[in-house]
Amino acid sequence: MGQTIIEKLVSAKLGSPAAAGDVVWLPQDVVTARDFGGANVVKNFLAAYGADAAVFNADGIRFTFDCNAPANTAGYATNQQICRDFARRRGITVHDVDAGIGSHLLIEQGLAIPGITAIGTDSHYNILGAVGALGQGMGDVDVAYAFHTGQVWFEVPATVRVNVSGKLAPNASAKDLTLAIVHHFGSGGLLGRAVEFYGDVVETLDLPGRITLASMATEMSAVIAIIPPGASVLDWLGGRTNSPVETITADPDAKYVDEVTLDLGVIEPMIAEPYSPASVRPVRIVAEEGVRIDTGFIGSCTNGRFEDFNEGYAQLEDGGVAAGVTLKLVPATREVYGQILSEGLIEGFFQAGALIHNQGCGGCAAGQVGMTGEGEVQVSTSNRNFRGKQGAGRTYLASPATVAASVRAGRITVPEAKR
Amino acid sequence: MSRMRITGSAFPLVDASGALLDNIDTDMIFHNRWLHITELSEMAQHALGNLEGYEDFAARVKPGSWVVAGRNFGAGSSRQQAVDCFKALGCVGVIAISVAPIYLRNAINAAMPAAQIPDLAGAVEPGDVLALDMEAGTLTNERTNTVLQAEPPISSVQVEIYRAGGLLRME
Ligand code: SF4
Repeated sequence: MGQTIIEKLVSAKLGSPAAAGDVVWLPQDVVTARDFGGANVVKNFLAAYGADAAVFNADGIRFTFDCNAPANTAGYATNQQICRDFARRRGITVHDVDAGIGSHLLIEQGLAIPGITAIGTDSHYNILGAVGALGQGMGDVDVAYAFHTGQVWFEVPATVRVNVSGKLAPNASAKDLTLAIVHHFGSGGLLGRAVEFYGDVVETLDLPGRITLASMATEMSAVIAIIPPGASVLDWLGGRTNSPVETITADPDAKYVDEVTLDLGVIEPMIAEPYSPASVRPVRIVAEEGVRIDTGFIGSCTNGRFEDFNEGYAQLEDGGVAAGVTLKLVPATREVYGQILSEGLIEGFFQAGALIHNQGCGGCAAGQVGMTGEGEVQVSTSNRNFRGKQGAGRTYLASPATVAASVRAGRITVPEAKR
Repeated sequence: MSRMRITGSAFPLVDASGALLDNIDTDMIFHNRWLHITELSEMAQHALGNLEGYEDFAARVKPGSWVVAGRNFGAGSSRQQAVDCFKALGCVGVIAISVAPIYLRNAINAAMPAAQIPDLAGAVEPGDVLALDMEAGTLTNERTNTVLQAEPPISSVQVEIYRAGGLLRME
């Protein structure tokens, strides 16, 4: 019988056929723990298996300190040190507080390629669907078990096939497409499903655009959103690994639980209003209502790539951040920081009045870069705007271009066409 | 191998009209102000401490009880304490119309029996003796002698982990 991508991927890992609904012990290629949750993983591991217990494969395990980097509370600092100590004794690589967001590091380092499996203590690990890999966020107990055995139990989800057609307006980007899709399905709309994305507008996305779309599968409650990599993504990935890089495709007679055709026409800039990533309207309409803002943020695992900063930069080239407004920038990884530095963006951003922070999750994870106060309004490129997630203020979610155009005007503004 | 039959007495969580409560979330089960607690014995007293009408649950529930609830039990965060606090009180497990996915995963990993029974509404009174057959995926109410089916069925992995006494005790 025909298989969907996830069924094929799992079958290949198991060496025997698996279908939606099967509960299997799934071997993992990469198992990670971040600073959030990592110390609990270590504690669980040591309590269950003993102080001298070995891990399944030190090369397949990583610690990634991205949540609170560098640690700004003694508690986080202690937790990071617990992880470092555990890692050193076992020869495990630590991507320390200077490295960046774990899920992005796996992609940059060629660890996440089509067909691999990875878990981590990060609910946005399904971002790895951007390269055709199966990433899952899991709890401390699951990750501790996987440190020891290299596997987790996994229920193979049923797949929804989504075909999106449309064209990005010259002032729109992958985030606008993503918000339009989140709006369509709603917060719980893909609960427990795997999704395969196809269609002209999806297939033309570059890797950063695919990362944006895949990252927000979490906000639709999907298990994973897989965007089968095309030639340019495969080329990029091929330059990062010695392993063969090959896209897994679904069989023509694969069985889907649902097939959805979405014709979005011309996709204009979109924005999610507080307090749900699915409360989406065109920026044009929200802008007409006159929404004054206090601050903007570009970064996160959703929009923290070089291309995202470049997109925001274009809106600021001939004008800076408005008086009384701030703009915070957090590159996803050290590699991204290096790119915005060598391309000269940092100088321009500085002149425009932006604050440039070190790489990581700062600005998204609470407590690091920029909380909001009661009544404060923020426009962010991140992926969640729940009440209280980043302080008492109100957060809107939008593209890097919309954030930059808005901080320049001091209110929510439709970005100019720069392409 | 013997069938795994788990028996306990029902402690239904209900509203004023007696209907099973839906959407009991992890903050109602174990409020985030207690998240720093890692001792099982200390966790126990906070179980359901933030659910209106059940603030005194820890004092009222007897060891050997099933926590019985409506739809979407355990929605919210991934905190393991929301499972452990019931174990600490000697509850045998959770029977609900449906259980939130992360909560279900945490319960399974902690070897706490949890079953989703779509036809649960109206089928259970306080104190009823309920027997869950993990392998058959059936729940028998011994007072009314009715048998209800778990849906989706309890997976063989859940049974395996239960038999081992928790994910971290599996070999
Ligand atoms: S950027 Fe935010 S959503 Fe993404 S991994 Fe970091 S904390 Fe999570």
